[in-house]
Amino acid sequence: MNTQTIHWFKFASPQNFYYLAGRMWPWFAALAAVLATVGLWISFFVAPVDAQQGQAYRIIFVHVPASQMAMFIYLVMAAWAGFGLAFNTRLSGMMASALAPTGALFAFLSLVTGAVWGKPMWGTWWVWDARLTSTLILLFLYLGFLALQSSIDDPRRADKACAVLALVGSVNVPIIYFSVKWWNTLHQGASVSMTKSAMASTMLAGMLIMVVACWMYAIAVALVRVRSIILDRERHTEWVKHAVE
Amino acid sequence: MQWNSVSEFLAMGGYAFYVWGSFGLTAAVVVGEVLLLRAQRKNILRELRSELLSERNSS
Repeated sequence: MNTQTIHWFKFASPQNFYYLAGRMWPWFAALAAVLATVGLWISFFVAPVDAQQGQAYRIIFVHVPASQMAMFIYLVMAAWAGFGLAFNTRLSGMMASALAPTGALFAFLSLVTGAVWGKPMWGTWWVWDARLTSTLILLFLYLGFLALQSSIDDPRRADKACAVLALVGSVNVPIIYFSVKWWNTLHQGASVSMTKSAMASTMLAGMLIMVVACWMYAIAVALVRVRSIILDRERHTEWVKHAVE
Repeated sequence: MQWNSVSEFLAMGGYAFYVWGSFGLTAAVVVGEVLLLRAQRKNILRELRSELLSERNSS
């Protein structure tokens, strides 16, 4: 019985996870490529034109996936960081660091594609609206995380400091999510909800496929990045010396 | 199919700059991140191999 439970923690060691991640990432990358192809096809050739916004609405197929990735990656990053803080596992901090740059990129894409959508629809690139402002704060939290990480030489101490920042900053994610409900904003409300959807079914399908494609991409990218981080931080171990030979 | 011609597709109902701008930027970011990851992995492998080599030579 005991050996059974121990197996679950086998991959918590950086060495085992390095090889596991190496085997896993090509699958996620392939899934991302296939789903993105299907999603883009639906986005441009199957989904009908929007009655109000014309063709400009097609920005939704990158804007929504990018925005939800920015929020979800932050929560996953904060969860890894918190796990590392609680259990003092080395891999957790490495996973958090591997997710941060991708999350920052998605937050950046969310803001820019939102601005590019706002200009033709609202007549302005930017307003200090609750959702836009809280998403900008999310980008700054990612950048703060990355800056803090690189400013502390000892990676284990950097992990701890970054974990506190990530956990405190996670309060911003529900603020982004509910901002369109809590405040009167220029940004439209949720396009998709559990009970009813404000979109045509092909639009919804295209958007959801793009969302899943982004998930697969983010997982693949994080796994590749964590492998480099593992090699860097475990460089003095014997297994890394064997691995790079 | 939503389009009658290639030029109509490219024009995106007059929103070409906005639509292609957002999709183009996203594609550029994805390609950029993949290239950076590849460079990062190459660099760390090169660094560790040269470290290993100098360690062996000195001992």
